Amino acid sequence: MNSYKAKQRTATALIHIFLIIMSIIMIVPFVWMILTALKTNQEAISVSPFYFFPHNGWHWENFGTVWKSYNFLLLYKNTLLLIFFRVVCACLTATMAGYAFGRLNFPGKKLLFSLVLVQMMIPSQIFIIPQYTMVSKMGAINSMFGLVFPGLVTAFGTYLLKVGYEGLPKDLEEAATIDGANIGQRFLHIMMPLTRSSMVSLGIFTAVFAFKDLMWPMIVAPDAAHTTLSAALSKMQGQYSNDYPSMMAAAVLAILPMVIIYIIFQKQFVEGIATSGGKL
Amino acid sequence: MAKTKAVKQKMTPRARNEALWGLFFVAPTIIGLIILNFIPVFQTIWQSFCKTGDFGKGNIFVGLKNYQTLMFGTGSAEMWQSLWNTIKYTIVQVPVTIAISLLLAVLLNKKIAGRSVYRTIFFLPMVCAPAAVAMVWRWIYNQQFGLLNNVFHTNVAWISDPKIAWFSIAIIGIWSSIGYDMVLFIGGLQEIPHDYYEAALIDGANSWEQFKNITWPLLSPTTFFVFQTGIIGGLTIFDLMYMVMDKTNAALSKTQSIVYLFYQYSFTQNNKGYGATVVVILVVFIMIITFFLQKIEKHFVYHA
Repeated sequence: MNSYKAKQRTATALIHIFLIIMSIIMIVPFVWMILTALKTNQEAISVSPFYFFPHNGWHWENFGTVWKSYNFLLLYKNTLLLIFFRVVCACLTATMAGYAFGRLNFPGKKLLFSLVLVQMMIPSQIFIIPQYTMVSKMGAINSMFGLVFPGLVTAFGTYLLKVGYEGLPKDLEEAATIDGANIGQRFLHIMMPLTRSSMVSLGIFTAVFAFKDLMWPMIVAPDAAHTTLSAALSKMQGQYSNDYPSMMAAAVLAILPMVIIYIIFQKQFVEGIATSGGKL
Repeated sequence: MAKTKAVKQKMTPRARNEALWGLFFVAPTIIGLIILNFIPVFQTIWQSFCKTGDFGKGNIFVGLKNYQTLMFGTGSAEMWQSLWNTIKYTIVQVPVTIAISLLLAVLLNKKIAGRSVYRTIFFLPMVCAPAAVAMVWRWIYNQQFGLLNNVFHTNVAWISDPKIAWFSIAIIGIWSSIGYDMVLFIGGLQEIPHDYYEAALIDGANSWEQFKNITWPLLSPTTFFVFQTGIIGGLTIFDLMYMVMDKTNAALSKTQSIVYLFYQYSFTQNNKGYGATVVVILVVFIMIITFFLQKIEKHFVYHA
C-alpha cells in the first residue's frame, strides 16, 4: 500500500512538472512583452550582454509615450463602442429570433431556420467584399456604423438562443397564457430572463470576437482616429518597426483591459467562448 | 402563395396571432442574414466572373477568365503555392494542438491542486488580440535581437527562412489555440460516466488502457468536433500571417495563406475580381473537405 502511495506521489509530481513547464511556455511571451516594454530601445536590442530585465531602471514612461502618440484613449473608446453596439445588436436580434424558433409556430419556420444553419457553415471570408462595397456605398467608411455593420445580426447567436429557449419547461408559459398575457409580454417578462446564461455566453463571445477581429476594421476603418485597437496595432508595427519597447508597450496596452476582465469573469469567459464552436 | 393562404384560412385566431408574433420576431435576423450574408455570397460569385477595371472601378463580365488566370495562367503559381502553404500550416497546427490540449485536458480533469490556475493560464491567449500576440512572437523570433536565438545561442531566421517560416507561424497558432481545445476536451471528458473507470480499475486496467478503451472512444464526438473546427480555422488563417509576415519578407511567397492572398488582391491591389475568385476557390475547397469529413465521421466517432 505504501509503495502504491509513493508511486501516486511521483506521478502527481511528474504531472505538476509537466504542467508547470507548459505554463511557463504559455506565459513567457506575455512576460517578454512587459519586460521589453519597460526597457530603452538600446537595452532591447543589446545582444552582448543580452538583458532579460531592464538594466537602467524600469521605464514605465514608455506606456505614457505610446498612449499619447497613438491616442490610445480614442482607440479604447472606438473598441469599447464597437463591442457595445455589437453585443446589443447580437443579443437583441438573437433573443427575439431564438424565442420564435424555439417556442412559436409560424409558416416557413423550418425553411427560415435552415437559412440560419446554412449561414453558420459558410466561411465568412466570402461575405467581405460585398459587405465592404455596401459600407463604402453608404459612405460609412471610417464610421462606427461601418465597424458594427457585419455584426448587426448573428446566425450563431440565434442558434444558441434557440437551444436555450427550447430547454425551458413548457408549463411556465401556459400559466402566463391563462393569466391573459400576450406573446410579447410572455417573452419579455417570463422567458427572456430565464435564458440569461445563454445571453451572457453570446455577449462574451461577441465582445471577444469584436475585440480580436483584424481584417474588417483594417479595411473599413483605415483612419487611425476611427479604428480599433487590433487594427491600430497593425499600423504601429509599420511605423515603429525598430522601436521594440514602444511596440511592446502598445501591445500590452491593447490586451490589458480584456485580460483583466477575463481574470475577473473567468468562468463566464471560458463557457462563453467554448460554446462558440470554433468560430473565433 | 396559394398554399400559405389556405393554411392561414385554416388557422385559428390564436394560431394566427402566434404566427404573426413569430414572423415579427425572426424578421430582423432573417432580413439581416439575407442582406449581410446571402446576397453577398452571390455577389462574390458574380464578382469572380468579372474583371476589375483600373483603380478598382467598374466590372466587366469576363466569364471564367479569372479562374483560368489564377488556376492555370500567370497567377496560378502564387495561388497554388498559397493553398499549399495553408494546407501545410493546417496539417501541422491542428493535430499538434489536439495532441497537446488532449493531454492537458486529461491531466486537468483529475483532482489536481491548482487546476483552475493552470486552466486560466492555458486559456489566456484566447482573449488576446492576435495582432498583439503576433507582434510579441515576431519580436521573440527576431533573428538578431530575439529572445529565442539569444537564449539558445542559435542563429535561425525563424520568420524569413522560406523553409521554416510557415512552421514558426504554426507554433504561434498552436500556442494560441491550445487553451480553447483543452476547454472543449475537458467538457467532453466530464460527460464520460465515472462508473466506466471504476469498473476498469477493478479489472486492473492501467492508465493507458483506460485512456485507449474508455476515454478515446467516448471522447470521439468532441475530438471530431475539435478536429473539424480546427481544420476550418487553419484553412482560413489570416491575422497571424498578416502581422508576422512583412510584404518585404523573403519567405512571404512560401508562407502566405490563401486568405492573405485574398486580402492582398481585394484590398491592397484593389483587384476585387481576383480576390473574389480566390475566396470562391477557398470556399469550394473547404466545402469539399467538409464533405469528406462528414464521410469519415461515421467511422471515426464511436456510437455506444
